[in-house]
Amino acid sequence: MIKKAGTETGSEMMPDAEQQTASEIAATKIDADLKQILCDVLGLDVDEVADFDEDTGLFGHLPELDSMAVAGLLTEMEDRLDIIIEDEDVDGEMLETYGGLLGFAQTKVAER
Amino acid sequence: MTSLGISQWTCARGQGGTSKELALQFDGEPEFGDHKLLILPALFDEANKMRRQTMLLMRELSAAGLASALPDLPGMNESLAPLSDQSLSQWRDDAATTADQLGATHVLAIRGGALIAPATLHGWHYAPASGARLLRNMLRSRILAAKEAGRAETTAQLGEMGRNDGIELAGWRFGAEMFGELQHAEPAISDQHTVIEQADLGGAGLWLRAEAGEDIAQAKALAALITNALMPQ
Repeated sequence: MIKKAGTETGSEMMPDAEQQTASEIAATKIDADLKQILCDVLGLDVDEVADFDEDTGLFGHLPELDSMAVAGLLTEMEDRLDIIIEDEDVDGEMLETYGGLLGFAQTKVAER
Repeated sequence: MTSLGISQWTCARGQGGTSKELALQFDGEPEFGDHKLLILPALFDEANKMRRQTMLLMRELSAAGLASALPDLPGMNESLAPLSDQSLSQWRDDAATTADQLGATHVLAIRGGALIAPATLHGWHYAPASGARLLRNMLRSRILAAKEAGRAETTAQLGEMGRNDGIELAGWRFGAEMFGELQHAEPAISDQHTVIEQADLGGAGLWLRAEAGEDIAQAKALAALITNALMPQ
């Protein structure tokens, strides 16, 4: 019984580990896509956006990001990440930092 | 070597009405014979973002020897006609009229220009966009601006308003007919047309930019695709 339980635990850990790797890969892809979209919208080089981290300020911090530009950003995210962004999804928190926007994108992609 | 001019064309409309509009024209070289490219520009907010790039493209085409013309249709750019009186179906007729008047042999439709491209004219669509895609962006921009001002608006509400009474979005005043048409309009890609995607040029589409930019490499790449296809054998 003990041995069996141990085996089960072992076999459960394997898919978990694999799943995490897969979701990590997916997260990296979303991060890269989102940075590319920001490059395209802000007219920045990839190098400049590569340094964006969780706390990098977006809306209210980058003067280029007015409401028209944010609209463009969200619409492009819909097209490239194959997600749908509802009116009520959009709030100050998700737009304030890069981390907020990335977290939002990851949640939306996971719901797909 | 390249020369440009601004000419006037007369847009004839139903019931004898006419509208005088401007067209920007670049000359070509004799090696391209009578070939002349009609450019149907990106629409609305994307028109502003793409204007400089479209000019760069026309310069490149002219330098390679191909003449081009960029007309204002009524309600666009410098036109005195109000946008709110225009419809997509009317613009489709206008595009055919201006092609005739300006002596265009080919067409290049940019982004939303694809919605009104004459089916019978040979040519290209650059990154064609559906009407719904253009509207989605402008509706969202209005909703965000309203939210900042403390007003709640929704896509559904605005859609109903647009269809019934017309609506102002991102500074553009749409009549009900135009709004309704845009909701369902798809690029008019006929078998005379070739689609050029952004990936064919490299870089990112300049209509995405928060602030209008330009990209000479993209302009050269697009000009080369077109002039190579038309180059006399």
